[in-house]
Amino acid sequence: MTLPASPGIGFKPEHFAAIRETRPDLGFFEVHAENYMGEGGPAHRMLAALRADYAISLHGVGLSIGGSRIDRDHLARLKRLVDLYQPESFSEHLAWSSHGIYLNDLLPLPYTEETLALVCDHIDEVQAALGRRMLLENPSTYVLFEQSTIPEIDFMTEISRRTGCGLLLDVNNVFVSCTNHRMDPRAYLRDFPLDRVGEIHLGGHAEEELPSGPLLIDAHGTPVADPVWALYAEVIAAAGPLPTLIEWDNDVPDFPVLMAEADRARAVLTRRVAHAAR
Amino acid sequence: MRHADFLQSFQDGLFTGTLPPGVTARAPDEAAQRFAVYRNNVAHSLSRALAARFPAVERILGAEFFAALAPLFLAERGPQNPMLFAWGGGFADFLAGFPPLAGLPWVADVARIEFARGEAYHAADAEPLPPEALSQAAADAGRARLALHPSLRIVPSRFAAVSAWAMNQPGATPAPLEVNRPETALILRDRRDDVPVRALGPGDATFVAALQSGLVLIRAAEAAATAEPGHDPGAILLSLARAGALTGLAFGETA
Repeated sequence: MTLPASPGIGFKPEHFAAIRETRPDLGFFEVHAENYMGEGGPAHRMLAALRADYAISLHGVGLSIGGSRIDRDHLARLKRLVDLYQPESFSEHLAWSSHGIYLNDLLPLPYTEETLALVCDHIDEVQAALGRRMLLENPSTYVLFEQSTIPEIDFMTEISRRTGCGLLLDVNNVFVSCTNHRMDPRAYLRDFPLDRVGEIHLGGHAEEELPSGPLLIDAHGTPVADPVWALYAEVIAAAGPLPTLIEWDNDVPDFPVLMAEADRARAVLTRRVAHAAR
Repeated sequence: MRHADFLQSFQDGLFTGTLPPGVTARAPDEAAQRFAVYRNNVAHSLSRALAARFPAVERILGAEFFAALAPLFLAERGPQNPMLFAWGGGFADFLAGFPPLAGLPWVADVARIEFARGEAYHAADAEPLPPEALSQAAADAGRARLALHPSLRIVPSRFAAVSAWAMNQPGATPAPLEVNRPETALILRDRRDDVPVRALGPGDATFVAALQSGLVLIRAAEAAATAEPGHDPGAILLSLARAGALTGLAFGETA
């Protein structure tokens, strides 16, 4: 059970009526798991309605895979959702978000043998509890750590190798992180193990200026930037068509605007299919 | 450095501004500014999450005051898990005990109403009784026990908290309000998935609370008539039935 290699968008309740009315031609909808951890009510009703017509990608933000330990209650709530809705994909972030309290942000971790073992243990635990393979997403980062001994690509590849999990390649995060660390995003993507990628994320970023150059922030509040579209086209040319999510979580626009972004992704995917057919 | 120590020092730094050990950047003198992105993200996202739970309180206090309050509440009672829709159970008590708000004691009860609405929105589903159930219950009022929708909540207040909440809804206009009169709020998620808030008179409030506590119909009506002489529960029962709030009927021992 996998997501189709076509465009998807993040589901927002304010778009539910438009979705019912227009029945858009989309590969899937992605939802944030934490929004559906209540007992019942309209949130669940909307998700059940979507589930009936579309593939679903369940995307978590609160698992804190890079933290000290996995919260058992949270994992049980995830299991309940996975069992209820049978999503085609479950994914989470290479980050931590809780230490005592929940900090509601994706926080970075150093890449060391210790953290590699820790993250692998946690992914083993999660995959065993959920009874399925998960996808792990590469982060947007703003700082580096002196104690890191492993490059991010190697870190993620090794996690995938040891646990069997897949990877979720967020091309905007690659652009943001590489720009912030003065690295070449195209080189990053050339080295990335594309054969392990089960889904692509595309989103917008904000830009500030520091003395050394731009500081990009993964804001998800704007259209996908042109350089990110260009990188995406290169990824698809190399890897073939992949499920592609348009991620726009802040200052959410009207539904047609989101669909226009999805159509732009569709054009890239269709071009690749046409190219392969030649 | 052990990972748990790293996590603790990073989290401390988010709130104190102290750069955690090991944090650096390609241009190392920019490390503090880059770390500040995380500081700002965390502060802002939690503040906005709290405002999303308490929009009427934010409107009453003003965005600036609310934004200044949020980190103080966060320090006292931060979210215990990623279910942010469930965060803020202690916010009303926090407001009630916050010295600058001593002159606005009714604001805490508006927060209670808002928190109850959030709980109601996510409460479990339950199938409403068919229309004939009400007359069946009335016909045997000495033995009938009505179960109410899991979303139903009663929030009593010494103040006109329902009116204060209502006039701070989108589209409503705040106006002078006599706050020093009690209003009890009835909150529930209705058949259309709306979560209305209405003020109940003393008879209705006593009656619904009595049903919730499991009293048979006739005892609930007696309690209501004591709180409000001449009270007739017919209207509130009909209203609850229409909203889909009556979800179970059982006939027990004669009361």
